Amino acid sequence: MLSRTAANLFWMARYLERSETTARLLDLGFRNALLPNAGGGFRNEWSAILQSKGTLQQFTDKYGDLVQRNAESFLFFDLENPSSVASCITAARENARIVRTALTSQVWDAINVSYQELKALTRRERSSLEVPELTDWTLRTAALIRGAIETTQLRNDGYRFMNLGYAVERADNTARLLDVKYYVLLPSVAYVGSGLDNYQWTTLLRALSAHRAYNWAYGGELSAAQIAHFLILNPKFPRSLLSCSIEANEHLDHLGRIYGRSSPAQEAARKLLGELAEARIEDVFDEGLHEFLTRMISENAGLGQCISDQYLTGEAR
Amino acid sequence: MILTVYHKTSYDFASPVGGILQSHRLTPAKCEAQKIIEWQVDVPGAVMGEMFRDGAGDYIQTVSLRMPVTSIEVTVRGIVETTDTSGILRGHRERVPPRAYMRDTLRTEPNRAIRDLVDETLHGKQDAPELERAHLLAAAVAEALPYRPGATHAHTTAAEAMSEGAGVCQDHAQVLIACAHLADMPARYVSGYLNATEDGTPHEASHAWAEIYVAGLGWIGFDASNKCCPNEHYIRLGSGLDAEDAAPIRGLVLGGAAETLDVTVVIEAQQQ
Amino acid sequence: MTDPFFNEMYDQNGLRVPYRMLEGWYQNMPAEFRAVKQAEAEGLFRRYGITFAVYGEGGDPDRLIPFDMFPRVFAANEWRRLERGIKQRARALNAFLSDVYDRGEIIRAGRIPADLVYRNDAYEIAVAGFRPPLGVFSHIVGIDLVRTGADQFYVLEDNCRTPSGVSYMLENREVMMRMFPHLFQENRVAPVDGYARLLKRTLASVAPAKCDRDPCVVLLTPGHFNSAYYEHSFLADLMGIELVEGQDLFVDGDFCWMRTTEGPKKVDVIYRRIDDAYLDPLCFRPDSTLGVPGLMNVYRSGGVTICSAPGAGVADDKAIYTYVPEMIRFYLGEAPILENVPTWQCAKPDDLKYVQENIADLVVKEVHGSGGYGMLVGPKADKATIETFAAKLAANPSNYIAQPTLALSTCPTFVEEGIAPRHVDLRPYCLVGRDVELVPGGLTRVALTEGSLVVNSSQGGGVKDTWVIAEE
Repeated sequence: MLSRTAANLFWMARYLERSETTARLLDLGFRNALLPNAGGGFRNEWSAILQSKGTLQQFTDKYGDLVQRNAESFLFFDLENPSSVASCITAARENARIVRTALTSQVWDAINVSYQELKALTRRERSSLEVPELTDWTLRTAALIRGAIETTQLRNDGYRFMNLGYAVERADNTARLLDVKYYVLLPSVAYVGSGLDNYQWTTLLRALSAHRAYNWAYGGELSAAQIAHFLILNPKFPRSLLSCSIEANEHLDHLGRIYGRSSPAQEAARKLLGELAEARIEDVFDEGLHEFLTRMISENAGLGQCISDQYLTGEAR
Repeated sequence: MILTVYHKTSYDFASPVGGILQSHRLTPAKCEAQKIIEWQVDVPGAVMGEMFRDGAGDYIQTVSLRMPVTSIEVTVRGIVETTDTSGILRGHRERVPPRAYMRDTLRTEPNRAIRDLVDETLHGKQDAPELERAHLLAAAVAEALPYRPGATHAHTTAAEAMSEGAGVCQDHAQVLIACAHLADMPARYVSGYLNATEDGTPHEASHAWAEIYVAGLGWIGFDASNKCCPNEHYIRLGSGLDAEDAAPIRGLVLGGAAETLDVTVVIEAQQQ
Repeated sequence: MTDPFFNEMYDQNGLRVPYRMLEGWYQNMPAEFRAVKQAEAEGLFRRYGITFAVYGEGGDPDRLIPFDMFPRVFAANEWRRLERGIKQRARALNAFLSDVYDRGEIIRAGRIPADLVYRNDAYEIAVAGFRPPLGVFSHIVGIDLVRTGADQFYVLEDNCRTPSGVSYMLENREVMMRMFPHLFQENRVAPVDGYARLLKRTLASVAPAKCDRDPCVVLLTPGHFNSAYYEHSFLADLMGIELVEGQDLFVDGDFCWMRTTEGPKKVDVIYRRIDDAYLDPLCFRPDSTLGVPGLMNVYRSGGVTICSAPGAGVADDKAIYTYVPEMIRFYLGEAPILENVPTWQCAKPDDLKYVQENIADLVVKEVHGSGGYGMLVGPKADKATIETFAAKLAANPSNYIAQPTLALSTCPTFVEEGIAPRHVDLRPYCLVGRDVELVPGGLTRVALTEGSLVVNSSQGGGVKDTWVIAEE
């Protein structure tokens, strides 16, 4: 397969996953803002959310004050914000268009239709659009496309590159979301265990569509350690870092078999999986959750680079 | 005369680049005026492609280095035995028909000043032999553009050099090509080396001149910068439509960065 | 009433033989059924994604070329002669290219002026003296033909670089077979679907001598913004070869490599659909990002074959066109089977004078123009248009050639009111590799506007399926 084709499939999946995460962040911000003012109020929370995306500066330059409507526009519609839902879906559709022959018509249709719907949303009166509608639409669209991929694509190398894109992007996003809540969102340490703290955790779980699953798995009590365990080390939760790592390994192993040779990317993925599979949540907190997550984000990015060097440049002999 | 050449080009990059790709026209071909005794081009670390001869009779070689580097060094070492043939290119094997060298490029496209120069120079000389007209044009170019380093740069066109009213060998050659074309004579750009002359005037060792096709005689070199035809002090590397087309090294950097270029050329006549 | 135009379906003796088999078909077709079929055809074209972008027009970038369902039919014996003529021409054009990049015998013999060839912009100095594998320069020769009588065909122009439109030939047939299968069951229409296989075989046959295995062939496209991108991806898909852009290839040492997920893969033959000037920034335009740096060196040292060969364009220049019959006589020692349209070279004073005096009766074209742009159809133009054009001609005569207005044949075409004759031309695609091959058929273009002689798709032309009745 041409490296450019693989790269487009890989990035198409990453953008699709990223659009979903941005929508979830938007949802998180929206729900937090419903809470009575605490520690600087919603302004502070929106700024935390924008920080997690590394886009706070860009936002302030463009919009000035952190007004909720602006934050919503910025996160959903703004094409100048590279991680807005609109930017991600537009980019994913462009990637898909270039490799259209590598996609089934169902997958292409799902992506193309979502793009057309997005354009229709853009044309609508902004005041008629509430955040829940936007986030619901994004999550539904993402599920539709992923479903089309899973049910119709041949299980060839292209399919593996799409899934690698999903796995790498998802791990990054889960780590960032958790880090936002833990490291950025709470006004000060004094709030740990407070109502605000609990509300934020619940909101995070909701944003990840995971609060009911969490309640079943951990008996309903909220604690930072248990939630961290759930989002990092629980292999049953499809967005946990461990799940993402297992997936990345699986798809890289498939590629190794298809191409008849193992790769440095496989080694990097195995090393990461080795650590996550062995880790206990106590170790994570010993290291410091923020430090651990920062390291995970960096190692995950390293894995992405390895995949790129090995497969997407076409120069690795 | 035996000439030895040492020509080193170093490219240094501010930050590592992904590699380089170059097309070299750095190996002289044998002809009556020059016999190659020894010649060696080195680029440490690079893959050197198979050398081939193009239709103009020049040796061409692809050089690639596909790994991150911060500097590249191209070193040419050689010994050539030269003979004065009064600038006439004889015994050079080539396939390109002379009339193909009637076309202008962006760099040799004439402007009004060049047209005027040709008109004035050849006024009343329409029936003069081609050789005489070629000499007149070369002399006129030398007069119109006094040698002044720094007056022009690597991308200056013939028209721009004329407006500047000064130039270096590259400008002389390109303006002369434009003039010859206007006089319906095929002309091309030649790059090569020049052994510094003994009269004490400074010259670039990496040199360029023009060749004009004169029916009956063939290609003849005209070095307007030195007001002469190439003699035993010259080594001819290759030709093209203009300075870019005939460049000894054409290349590009993969994953670009700012580069500084350092060139050392030493040409010496050996005691016999 | 006598029609000055040859009607391919009816002549003075009534219905011509090749069209007899269609008689029941269109006569019994109710109008509403026709509308349904027409809509179905459009749906099929849209689904295949066969669209066409017109340069500089704006509007719908995914426009369809109008498809007319009424096929154009050639009898077996008509085609036999065309086939011989086309192959003859393709062989002569390649012989000419081989010659002018080598010793230039035809010029030395004084049969064609040196400056016409060597000062031509399309003559590539960089490949002089280089002999491509099998000496073939133009591997796909598209020859534009018009018909003016039962046995009278003229070559309008030759396309030696990268003629486009073959995807329409293939899709038109595909659509017709899906919509009217019984027509094909009842009649022996020679198939064209072998084209992709022949093209692949042709390309593989010119792999460089250095290639010691099954050659790796790729199709090089300028990218998905190009108006013919659909055709590029369609052909690559049919041949089972990779569709690559410049960035997918790189040069290392003596070879050209393709970037794949399994590492670099050596490429042996490049079927390029980009112009010479963009092929290699180290050899041609230094600002080009569409090509592959260093490619020309690999090509000239025999590491890869480029189809068509850089420099092939010198053979299809409109000024060179006049000399093609001379090439056939000179290289093949044969009499030309297909005729050239009489052409006046405005660069010649006598010809210019004639053109200026008779401009209202002539078609005047730019030497390097294409797509029906920059031309004057004298009899169809008003006075002001003619005057403007005459001024341009006077300013730069050597930029123009002129030809008589040809009485292009007509073929029945579905129109609003039913069926009416419309003017057509034909572009067959001749493949030149180890063998010279031609699939029975080509692209028929039709001028859909009543009376119009301009068939270019950029000027409101449409296309038809072209049938050749198979030999007994």
